[in-house]
Amino acid sequence: MGRVPEHDVLVIGAGLAGQRAALAAAEKGVSVGIISKVHPVRSHSNAAQGGINAALDVDDSWESHAFDTIKGSDYLGDQDAIEVMCREAPDELLHLEHIGVTFHRNEKGQLGTRAFGGASKARTYYVADITGQAIMHVLYEQLMKYAEQIDRYEEWFTTDLAIDDEGRCVGAVTRNIMDGSTELFKAKSVILASGGNGQIWQPTTNALICTGDGIAMAYRAGATLMDMEMIQYHPTTLAGKGFLITEGARGEGAHLLNAKGERFMERYAPNKMELASRDVVSRAEQTEINEGRGFPDGTVALDVTVVPRKRIQEALREIVLVGRDFAGVDITREPIHIKPGNHYTMGGVKTDVWGRTNVPGLYAAGEVACVSVHGGNRLGANSLLDTLIFGRRSGEDGAQHAKGHGQGQVSRSVLTDAEARVEAIFARSHESGRRVSEIKAELGKTMDEKVAVFRDEEGIQSALETVQRLKEEAGSAYVDDRGTIFNQDVLGAIELQNMLENAEACCMAALERRESRGAQYRTDYPERNDEEWLKHIDVSLNGEGPEISYSPVTITDWQPQERTY
Amino acid sequence: MSAFMLKVRRYQPEAEEDDKRGAYWETFDVDLEPTLSVLDGLLQAKAHEDGTLAVRCSCRAAICGSCGVRINGNSTLACKTQLGDAQAEADRTARNGENVPITVEPMGNMPVIKDLVTDMESTHWEKFRRVTPWLLPSGPPPEREYIVPAEAMVDVTQSVACIQCGACVSSCLSMEADPEFIGPAALAKAYRFVGDPRDGQTTERLYDLANDPHGMYDCTHCFSCIDACPKGVAPMNQIMRLRRLAGDEHDIDDVNNGRRHERAFVKIIEKKGTLDESALLQDSYAPGIKGKLKPTVASIRGLLQSLPTAVRGVRTGKMRSIPKLIPGVHHKLPGDAQGHVKKAYERAEESNIQLNLYVIGEGGEEDVTAEAVEPEAVSEEASTS
Repeated sequence: MGRVPEHDVLVIGAGLAGQRAALAAAEKGVSVGIISKVHPVRSHSNAAQGGINAALDVDDSWESHAFDTIKGSDYLGDQDAIEVMCREAPDELLHLEHIGVTFHRNEKGQLGTRAFGGASKARTYYVADITGQAIMHVLYEQLMKYAEQIDRYEEWFTTDLAIDDEGRCVGAVTRNIMDGSTELFKAKSVILASGGNGQIWQPTTNALICTGDGIAMAYRAGATLMDMEMIQYHPTTLAGKGFLITEGARGEGAHLLNAKGERFMERYAPNKMELASRDVVSRAEQTEINEGRGFPDGTVALDVTVVPRKRIQEALREIVLVGRDFAGVDITREPIHIKPGNHYTMGGVKTDVWGRTNVPGLYAAGEVACVSVHGGNRLGANSLLDTLIFGRRSGEDGAQHAKGHGQGQVSRSVLTDAEARVEAIFARSHESGRRVSEIKAELGKTMDEKVAVFRDEEGIQSALETVQRLKEEAGSAYVDDRGTIFNQDVLGAIELQNMLENAEACCMAALERRESRGAQYRTDYPERNDEEWLKHIDVSLNGEGPEISYSPVTITDWQPQERTY
Repeated sequence: MSAFMLKVRRYQPEAEEDDKRGAYWETFDVDLEPTLSVLDGLLQAKAHEDGTLAVRCSCRAAICGSCGVRINGNSTLACKTQLGDAQAEADRTARNGENVPITVEPMGNMPVIKDLVTDMESTHWEKFRRVTPWLLPSGPPPEREYIVPAEAMVDVTQSVACIQCGACVSSCLSMEADPEFIGPAALAKAYRFVGDPRDGQTTERLYDLANDPHGMYDCTHCFSCIDACPKGVAPMNQIMRLRRLAGDEHDIDDVNNGRRHERAFVKIIEKKGTLDESALLQDSYAPGIKGKLKPTVASIRGLLQSLPTAVRGVRTGKMRSIPKLIPGVHHKLPGDAQGHVKKAYERAEESNIQLNLYVIGEGGEEDVTAEAVEPEAVSEEASTS
């Protein structure tokens, strides 16, 4: 490309949040570019199986949805943001239906729901158990439909944000994976929608692309990160590979059993049983396993056979395939072994309800962001909602912001700096460093052992030390591929750097929060302590290195209460 | 752990070594559980041996559709194929107990960019955009949701389940013959809108599909795409449904005369019990008495264009009508053959149900019959057991 590609709004990441943001911005009449390191339909929003929450039913109310979300968050969610999300959910859902999502219908032909964890009503709307995929492909259809306004850059890897002298975000530096060329994209507003950081843990339900690139880029550009310690372990993942078995299975009535065949949730959540919040169910399972009531492979069992066969075929077909192809189990006939596994990062780049970060011109939406609507624990089927509501709001506000600003000035040196960084990776020698893959494997294992369902100071401290050592080592980690065409090896080295920055922030925040709340369970501080810790932990980068600060939790109508299910 | 050999078809566009110019084979030894996937094997080789090995991948769980490849010649997803199964497949060709590697090649019908990475833009996405792949409702949306039958949504969900991995495109024999053929994935996508009651352009869509000179009638019914599809989308079935809807329900004749050819085929077999090639040409282009007396310009042109084929048919003995007219003479037609064929036709008419995996499940027809007979008893039993 000879000239600098310019757009009013530039979206980085093309999963649900990114695509929704691009469409919303285009609707406001501005020019939009959307960049993704994979083809948009490969994005990880695909993996959201169970559905999307909305209080659409006449018997339901947004207040009820908001309360469930707040309670689910263990009161760490910001209630103003949760109100926005839950109020706007029904209209967003109808919009999706109108543009083509094939949501499940009831016998009257109206939208039908399924039950989900932590919810006081069945308010989860779904497409079989491929809801994320079904919605994302429809948004991609719309991207193609609006191709005149939205330029797609598929398989472009963004390495850094471009910041001008006044600290405003004015674009991004991106490598075209197909030919290895580097481009500076200029934009009046930049929206990060690049997803979470699950690859820091091994195993994880997350795709290989979920390396926290956006969180790291924003952090380096001066944005504040929030709630980074809050990492969700999903209660039903396959042992070994960590694949996800949808919560929809329990929503349809499946049971959790220990090795003795007991429905152990009776002891932990007598009312909601298997449909308690994810943090509660994961801790229950891990306790069963730790106390010797699990199976020898360190698992408990999910029994889907209690769900009628026809219903399984119609509503849970994907996990029938997952069971068959990846565990060799026919879940319609026998229970399948599962365990808690890394799944979602509640924290991320701190934003307001319009997706604005503390860096002017920079927005964030979806898993990369922390609004915070999930607080200490996200409810199932609220993540799709989060991506769509705040993706749209970021797109709208980003378009508005773009109308009031000109293109920024940024020196071409950001481009040459980026190219120099890649050259420096190529120059590393095989003798002096470790392989990128080795460092990544050590990171994943460390985090899964020490910053998981149960944590304590000693473990987190040792994880932090490991991460800091790996950061050093990553600086000299070598790659084999020095070519320009489809060089995945060099991208892996850049991703590793990003992952380590995420991991460091996570460990620091986890160490700082000396209480147990939501997904953060400290065996050395087993109680929730509202007096001292009903606040967010922020991490930002000052000249020296990472720095911790606090920000208040916004409370509107719902005072913290004891949390039981 | 078990040792596996992965023989990978490689192409390094920037390689300078002489033995790496053009495409070449390289074998990697990996040591993994047989239940792990071929993708796990490739990633182990990439992580520990050769970081230049290129393969698109992301979810590892057959959801994102990135890792379409050919394993032992079969188009599929690398993440969905277990090493143990791939080895068993490879061993079928083993002679004298030799060790046969698992072969992994880039997808077919697509230019290769590097190793297992192919260009799907020119071979799939461009074609995909030809079917106007977005919903076109008639008029503004309702205040709430569209009210549509639950079954209609379940029905199109089979096509919605497509993850755009390209395995069907890779396996498509018609695409091999005609690279411009729109292909199974794009047509499955087309059905997703044609079958959606909310769409307001059904007739227009079918008309456009029928008039695409490389469109749905180019499919030759070979079932390759059904075999290859990792998500049970059964693209060929969706293509056949499009054809039935266009031809039977909307009475649309296509630009390539495919519909009349199909009808002539069916009619001749019903009448004669076997295919009579000499009647096929005429019936395809100028069916019925009126057509033969007053052939259209298009049918004359079609017939003329087919003359070389007809000449070859006569010369090779394929086009011979006479033995097929007398029962018992033709070697494929014993005396009562026509009666059997007629019965088969009747049976097909009676049980003309639209199969869909989301409705009948992986178990196939067995489940359908069980539930069709006593649906309540079945669900009661399931919920109390």
